[in-house]
Amino acid sequence: MEQRTVGKVLIGNYEDLPVSLGKAVVVDDKELAVFRLSNGKVKAIENKCPHRGGVLSEGMVSGEHVFCPLHDWKINVSDGLVQAPDEGCVQTYKTTIEDNKVYVEITDQ
Amino acid sequence: MAKKKLVLIGNGMAGIRAIEEILQLLPDQFDITVFGKEPYPNYNRIQLSKVLQGDTEIKDITLNEWQWYEDNGILLYPGETVTKIDKQKQVVYTDKGKETAYDHLIIATGSNPFMLPLPGADKEGVTAFRDIEDCEKMIDASKNYKRAAVIGGGLLGLEAARGLLNLGMEVDVIHIADYLMERQLDHAAAELLQKELESQGMNFYLEKQTSEITGKKRVTGLKFKDGGAIPADLVVMAVGIKPNIALAQESGVEVNRGIVVNDHMETNIPNIYAVGECAEHREMVYGLVAPLYEQGQALAKQICGMNHQGYKGSVLSTQLKVSGVDVFSTGLINETADTKSIKVFDEWQNTYKKILVQNDKLTGAVLFGDTKEGTKLLSLIKKGANVQEYLESQQAGDDGESVVAAMSDEEIICGCNGVSKGTIVSAIKNDGLLTVEQVKGKTNASRSCGTCKNLVSDLLTDTLGDEYEADTKESICACTDLTRDEVVAEIKEKGLTYSKEVMNVLEWKTEEGCSKCKPALNYYLGMVYPQEHEDERESRFVNERLHANIQKDGTYSVVPRMYGGVTNAEDLRTIADVADKYDVGMIKLTGGQRIDLLGVKKEDLPDVWKDLGMPSGYAYGKSVRTVKTCVGAEFCRFGTQDSTGMGIQLEKKFEGLNTPHKVKMGVSACPRNCAEGGIKDVGVVGLDGVWEVYVGGNGGTDLRKAELLVKVKTQQEVLEYTAAFLQYYRENASYLERTSHYVERVGIEHVQEIVNDDQLRAELNARMDQALSVYQEPWSHVLESETTLKDLYQKVTAK
Repeated sequence: MEQRTVGKVLIGNYEDLPVSLGKAVVVDDKELAVFRLSNGKVKAIENKCPHRGGVLSEGMVSGEHVFCPLHDWKINVSDGLVQAPDEGCVQTYKTTIEDNKVYVEITDQ
Repeated sequence: MAKKKLVLIGNGMAGIRAIEEILQLLPDQFDITVFGKEPYPNYNRIQLSKVLQGDTEIKDITLNEWQWYEDNGILLYPGETVTKIDKQKQVVYTDKGKETAYDHLIIATGSNPFMLPLPGADKEGVTAFRDIEDCEKMIDASKNYKRAAVIGGGLLGLEAARGLLNLGMEVDVIHIADYLMERQLDHAAAELLQKELESQGMNFYLEKQTSEITGKKRVTGLKFKDGGAIPADLVVMAVGIKPNIALAQESGVEVNRGIVVNDHMETNIPNIYAVGECAEHREMVYGLVAPLYEQGQALAKQICGMNHQGYKGSVLSTQLKVSGVDVFSTGLINETADTKSIKVFDEWQNTYKKILVQNDKLTGAVLFGDTKEGTKLLSLIKKGANVQEYLESQQAGDDGESVVAAMSDEEIICGCNGVSKGTIVSAIKNDGLLTVEQVKGKTNASRSCGTCKNLVSDLLTDTLGDEYEADTKESICACTDLTRDEVVAEIKEKGLTYSKEVMNVLEWKTEEGCSKCKPALNYYLGMVYPQEHEDERESRFVNERLHANIQKDGTYSVVPRMYGGVTNAEDLRTIADVADKYDVGMIKLTGGQRIDLLGVKKEDLPDVWKDLGMPSGYAYGKSVRTVKTCVGAEFCRFGTQDSTGMGIQLEKKFEGLNTPHKVKMGVSACPRNCAEGGIKDVGVVGLDGVWEVYVGGNGGTDLRKAELLVKVKTQQEVLEYTAAFLQYYRENASYLERTSHYVERVGIEHVQEIVNDDQLRAELNARMDQALSVYQEPWSHVLESETTLKDLYQKVTAK
C-alpha cells in the first residue's frame, strides 16, 4: 500500500513521558496514545480501541501490550494487533528519538 | 489446475458456516464470491434479541469481521442482491449489473419475516424482528414512543417483547393461540412462563386475532376480530418466518415450502445447493441455529467431493433467551394416545419437567425453571435412548459426564459460536488447555451466552481425566501457576517488595504480567507491607490511578466524600457551582447516597477537585466506598440509635482503605433496615441498647444476604469488630473477591471464631491501624504534586 509521509511531528521531551504509562497526544485531527515502555522504547498508536473506542492511553501497560481500560482488550503497541480471542487492529505510528526529543511520523494511507 | 468458482448467495450464518467448513477441508481450492443483501459482515442473528435487550451491542455479535473475508481471499459484495440465476450458463446476475460465473452455487437466502396482510400493515411504526435494521427501528421508536404491541407470542415475539420492556416501553403481546409458545411448550409450562413474564411487566392478549392496524400515517393502535382494540405506537410482527425462495423459484429450481434438497444438500439442478432456513429437507424447514451447522458440514463435504453419510435431519431444541426465565424444549412434546409422560411439577420452587416417552423411547422434553438437564435430555433423545437409561442416570446422580463422552465429535457444544465437541477436544489436546477460560480464549466456546460452560468443563474432565482435577487450583492469572496463597506466602517469606521482583523471583511466564496480576500483586504487597510498600501507579487500573471513574466516552465522574450521606447547604451550593462552571453532563445521586458529577474531562479533574475543596468519595476504588445510613434516632420516630453518627464514624475511620474489592457499608437505626445492611459488605443495625453487625451481604451480581457476625453494646465495639473483620478479609481474600464470596467460601463460623478471639481481634486492629496510618487524601495529594499533574492529567497537543 502506498504511504505518504505527511510529516515528522515533535511531541515533546523523552523524559516528560511517564514510564510504563501512556500519554494522549493530539496531532491535528488525530489523537495518539504514546507509550514509554519499561525497556526504554517509545511506541505510538491510535488512541482508540477498535472495540468500543476506549482511550488506550489510560490502559495498563505490560511489556509491549496495553490493556484497554473499558473492556480489557489486549493490544500490541508495536504492531497494533488486537490479541486473541478478540480481533482487530489499531493504526501504529513510527516514533524516533533525537537529542532527547520524541517525534512521531504521521502518514496518510 | 484452475480453482473452482464457488458462489454463495446470502451472507448469513448458514452460508458462511458452510464456507468455513469448506475452507477447513480444502483451503485454497476455490475462488469464493459472496453476495449479501445486508450491508454488514456475517453476524449472529440469534443474538439480536440480546442487542434489543441491551445486553450486548451490534459490534459484538459480528461473527466474521471484514478482515476475515480478506484473509481468506473471499470476494464479498455486501448490500448487493442476486436477481437471476442462469442455470444453463452457470452464471448469476445482480441488481448492480454484475455477472459472476460459478462451478458450485450455494443458495443461503434464509427466510423473510411473515408479515400479516392486515389493513394498515404498511403504516409507519410497523416492523418485523429479523435483522439489524429492525432492531435499530425498535430502539429508535422506544426513544419517542411509549406503547408497543407485539403480534405473536412465540419465541421471537417474547424475546422482542422483553427487549422492548428493557427499552422502557409498555408492552402488550397479542397471541392467537390460547397459550404461549404453543409449538414448543405444553399448557402447563406455558402458564408458568406467562406468569413469570407478567411479573416482569408484559401484558398478554391470548386467543386474539388482529383485524386491523389503525392510525393515519403512523400506527396508533390495533383492532381485534372480536371487536376489542388497544392503543399502540409501535407494532412488531413476530408471527413466523417463510423461507426466501423467490430467486430459486424464478430460476427454475424445485421448491415446495422451501428449496427442496436431498441428503447431500443438492437441489434438483446440478451444482446448485441450498442450506439453512431457505432449504427444505425431508419436508422439514428449520428456523433454528443447530440444524444449520449440521447442514453446513454435510454441504461442505459434498462440495469438496468427500465421502459422507449426508444430512439426516435434526432434532430441535429451543431455549428462550429472556433473562430471568429458563425454558427448554426439545423433540415431540404433545401427548397422543401412544405416548406416556413423566411429569414433575414443583410448585414450591416453581419448576416443571415433562418427558415424553413412546415405545419406551424418549421422544421429547419440556423444562421450565430448571433447565440444567436440557443438554442431557437432548443428547439422549437424539440417539433415541431408552427411558430406562434416563432413569438410571437419574438414580446414579449422574453429573452429565457421560453425556459429553457419548457425543459425536461433530456435535455442537456452543450453539452461539458453532463450536463442535471435536474442535474443543482437539484444542485441549493440541494446545495443552487446562481451564474453561483457556478453552474460551482459544475456541470461542462459551464466550457469548455462557450456558455451555458446564459442558466445556465436562469435556475438560473427560479429556484430561485426573490431570484436570489436579489443575483446578486457581492461579492468579495465566502469567503464573501459583495461587494467591502461594504468592502471598512467597512475598512474606522471601521479603519481596515490588511487583517486578515478585514476577522475576517467582518466574512469571510473562515479563511484565498482565492486567489481572499487576493490580493484584500491587494490592498484596501493600497489604503485607502497609508502611513500606510504595504504591505502583502503573499497576493501578485507570480509575485508581486517576482517582476518578472512567466513562464509556473517556470522560470521568467525580463523587465528593459525604460522610454517612449527610451534607449541608454550603457544600450543595459549592457542588452546584462546580457543576455549572465545568459544564458537567449529568448530576446524579448514587446508590450509596452520594452526588455524582458525570462527564468531566480529564484535564479538568484537578480544577474540579480544587474548587470542590472536599475529599475524594472513592467511588472508583477497590476500597471502602460509602457508608449508607438511615435518618436515625435524631429525627425518625422509629429510630433507636444514632445511625448517622455511627455511619460517619465508620466512614471516617476506614476512608481510603485498600481492600481486595470494593466494600460498601450501611447503618440503620431499627430492624426496618432502611440503609439496606442486609445486602452490604458490612451492615450495622441499631436496636434498643444493641448493635448488630452483619457481614458478607451483596446486592449486585450475586445477591447474598449478609450474616450476623456479632451483637455488641457500644459504638466503639462496632468499630472494633468491623476493623477486625475487614482486616481479616484484607489479609486472606483473593484480590477482586468480594466479602460475600469470601464469607461464603470460608463460612461465617470461621470468621466469628477469629474476631471473637480477644487476642486475635486486638492484633487485627493493630494491623488495621497500621494500614490506615498511611492514608493520604488523594485529590489534595495530586494538587500538591506538579509531576503527578503533568504525568497523569495534562494532555499534550503537538504543534
